[in-house]
Amino acid sequence: MPWLLAVVPVCFLGLFFVWPVASIIARGLDAGALGDVLGSSRLRGIIWFTFWQALLCAAITLAVGLAPAIVLARYRFPGRRVLLAVVTVPFVLPTVVVGSAFLALLPTGWHRTVPAVIVAHVWVNISVVVRTVGSAVAQLDPALGDAAATLGAGPLQRLRHITLPLLAPTIGASGAVVFLFCFTSFGIVRLLGGPGRPTLEVEIWRTTTQLLDLRTAAVLALVQLVLVVSLMGLWAVFSARSAQPTGARPLGNLRSPSTTAQRWLTGITALATALVVVVPLVVLLTRSLRPSIAGWSLDAWRAVFGRASTTGRPTVDAPWESLLASLRIGIVATLIAATVGTLAACAVAGARRGGRLLDTGLMLPLGTSAVTVGFGLLITLDTPPFDLRGTWIMIPLGQALVALPFVVRVVLPALRSVDPGLREAAATLGAAPLRTWLEIDLPVIRRALGAAAGFALAMSLGEFGATSFLTRVGNETAPITIARLLGRPSQLNLATSSALATLLAAVTLLAILAVDRLRGEQGAGF
Amino acid sequence: MALSGFAVLAACSCSSGGDDSAGVTLTLLAYDSFVEPESLATFTEQTGISVEVARSGDTGTLVNKAILTKGRPEGDVLWGLDSNLLSRALAEDGLFIAYESKALEQLDPSVTALVPGHEVTPVNVGDVCLNYDRAWFASRNIAPPDTLEDLVTADFKDLLVVQNPATSSPGLAFLLASVARFGEDGFVGWWEQLRANGVRVVDSWDTAYYDEFTAGGGTGSRPIVVSYASSPPATIIYAEDPKPTEPLTGSVEASCYRNVEFAGILDGTEHEDAAQQLIDFLVSETFQAELPLTNFVYPVRTGVALPDLFERFARPAATPLALDPTEVGAKRDQWITTWTDTVLG
Repeated sequence: MPWLLAVVPVCFLGLFFVWPVASIIARGLDAGALGDVLGSSRLRGIIWFTFWQALLCAAITLAVGLAPAIVLARYRFPGRRVLLAVVTVPFVLPTVVVGSAFLALLPTGWHRTVPAVIVAHVWVNISVVVRTVGSAVAQLDPALGDAAATLGAGPLQRLRHITLPLLAPTIGASGAVVFLFCFTSFGIVRLLGGPGRPTLEVEIWRTTTQLLDLRTAAVLALVQLVLVVSLMGLWAVFSARSAQPTGARPLGNLRSPSTTAQRWLTGITALATALVVVVPLVVLLTRSLRPSIAGWSLDAWRAVFGRASTTGRPTVDAPWESLLASLRIGIVATLIAATVGTLAACAVAGARRGGRLLDTGLMLPLGTSAVTVGFGLLITLDTPPFDLRGTWIMIPLGQALVALPFVVRVVLPALRSVDPGLREAAATLGAAPLRTWLEIDLPVIRRALGAAAGFALAMSLGEFGATSFLTRVGNETAPITIARLLGRPSQLNLATSSALATLLAAVTLLAILAVDRLRGEQGAGF
Repeated sequence: MALSGFAVLAACSCSSGGDDSAGVTLTLLAYDSFVEPESLATFTEQTGISVEVARSGDTGTLVNKAILTKGRPEGDVLWGLDSNLLSRALAEDGLFIAYESKALEQLDPSVTALVPGHEVTPVNVGDVCLNYDRAWFASRNIAPPDTLEDLVTADFKDLLVVQNPATSSPGLAFLLASVARFGEDGFVGWWEQLRANGVRVVDSWDTAYYDEFTAGGGTGSRPIVVSYASSPPATIIYAEDPKPTEPLTGSVEASCYRNVEFAGILDGTEHEDAAQQLIDFLVSETFQAELPLTNFVYPVRTGVALPDLFERFARPAATPLALDPTEVGAKRDQWITTWTDTVLG
């Protein structure tokens, strides 16, 4: 049975990932390539730099994100839901936008430096920690803390001996995700890091698209894959440990801050988090309101909606239409990722050894450069009936590939938490497998599935890399349009792109709020 | 998808019927920043051939993708191969189908001379030049730079921002400008002086222009930037009403490096005849006249009038710096490595 479920995800992964990536790597690779590339001290330097900046980035993001993660998941306060949604916005903003907002914010001395890259990465990834760790906090049994308190344990003792040990697997897992995002980040490194400090991802982009040096690109892609797979292995160990069967226990962990200390803690953490997240967004809004050196006006906003009669015309007509395209593409990508991801999670949960393999395989797209996948698809999907190049479906397919691992990671623990006894009881009573799944499994994973879908949609809305390497006829998404607006010199174009970015942030915020509401009050995880 | 498969079959059956191309849909592959001139619709009215523009990445990505898909192209015609990548593309046998357009003799002969075999057809020229912030220099009573040599003098310390030639096409053009001006042996020394004089390097044109340039609208601190000869009129065209009568920026003519762009018919197309008609149209007077205001490049066809703002503020350089594309093809990577060691090392 699990094998049958695995057919769709395995074919999907094989056709749209393994075959293309293997083909492009095979085309570049030869006997001496590995030695030549790894023998270059410059390339070894790039690998080392990529590694340590990602490690530092993960450590700082965890340090910054833990307090809001715990506070937001534990205490009820006005604006909590909105703050939870706002924190997620940076994660889905196109990197072009993040980069330029930070250049405006950071002192000039910081431009083109490693600290600038790390600050921006931390800002973007805070939500990963807040939402995943928060979700684990929400699942903690409050009775444990209450019992300890009754026995005389102070708040710090409870944090050290109960909360943190129970959260450790999730903290480890979210650290791993942040590491991965910083490791494979492309746009922010290019914009903020400056030309002297490429990462692996940037170097793969340069050797492939600018130099057509497929030999070097193949080795670098392999190195990146190996490093990421090792990390995924660690993550799988963590998340397997964190999933104990708990049944469909209703969670009742959210409470109002009762003591003065709790109220201060909640207030200060919430305010600080709001400030950190909102300031760069304010820069965007301000820019959108200054379409010329003459001063403030709404012209860029008129331009976004295609009403440009009173002023100049931006490079793109009616940029807001790109938001509609983004939403359409995002919904298709989400449907694909959620369907394939759920099937995969069911297969992984049901299988024994093969499950681990599929699980790891599904993680690979995360650790592979969008350029490698894009160029691979180009040389493999070129023969009918699989010649999908340039068709609109390629874009949601590419985005679904990136979102798929997250769907699996979020749905799998929920599936594992289903008490197998319930399934056996249903089977004994004569329920067919499908009915068992619909009546036992689905109600338990419904929330997780909603969360996964929301995450996939958000990722798709902000996706730039994979989309920009695919050939597109029409269907320009919002991030692509923002980049195109920035491609011509004028303050109106800059202002219009900022206005579109502000709109994209607002739409994303609404989408996340809707998903959070759909999933109910508890469990913040992605 | 079944439907689109059917449409493809239908298109094939009517194109094989003879040399009648009406009803054919051509795919024009272009870089991301390509803006479709409105006259493409005229082409469809005249010939019955529809044109679909498919975009993917920058020029490097576009050309390298075409090379990788040689024989099974993603489209019928490619727009945007440039003179710096010309030799790499022409070294590939069977990438383009040669076509000698009847309009060729109307084009600038110095440009058509670059492709004696007619593998591709020149479609526009652009000049990459230093731009300066006019208000910045005026308010300080300093003269803007006149030559590349000026940039290494104390007057211009810490004023210039350029793009990394390894990752940006204007950045590469500016490096090639220095090679054209100071020679293969001299350019390194000039860049060493430029580095000592505080040149700032960023990865892309938009970062340089919007975030580092003083007239880019951001919080930039550098009044000289590498951009295009056509950038100054853009500061008027995209400005709010009442529009300024003079551009915010000026360009330094002696720094201009000429880049030529080409279009070519991709080998493997099923619509060669229609593709030839499209190439003819791309160099027609109607289409060429629209290029300055849509794509901020200059026509290659002689006798095409420039729009008024270009005539006044952005005439192409009379004697631009230029290098032989074959030499660029052979030595570009080595020059970039030398540059990287000198300026970023």
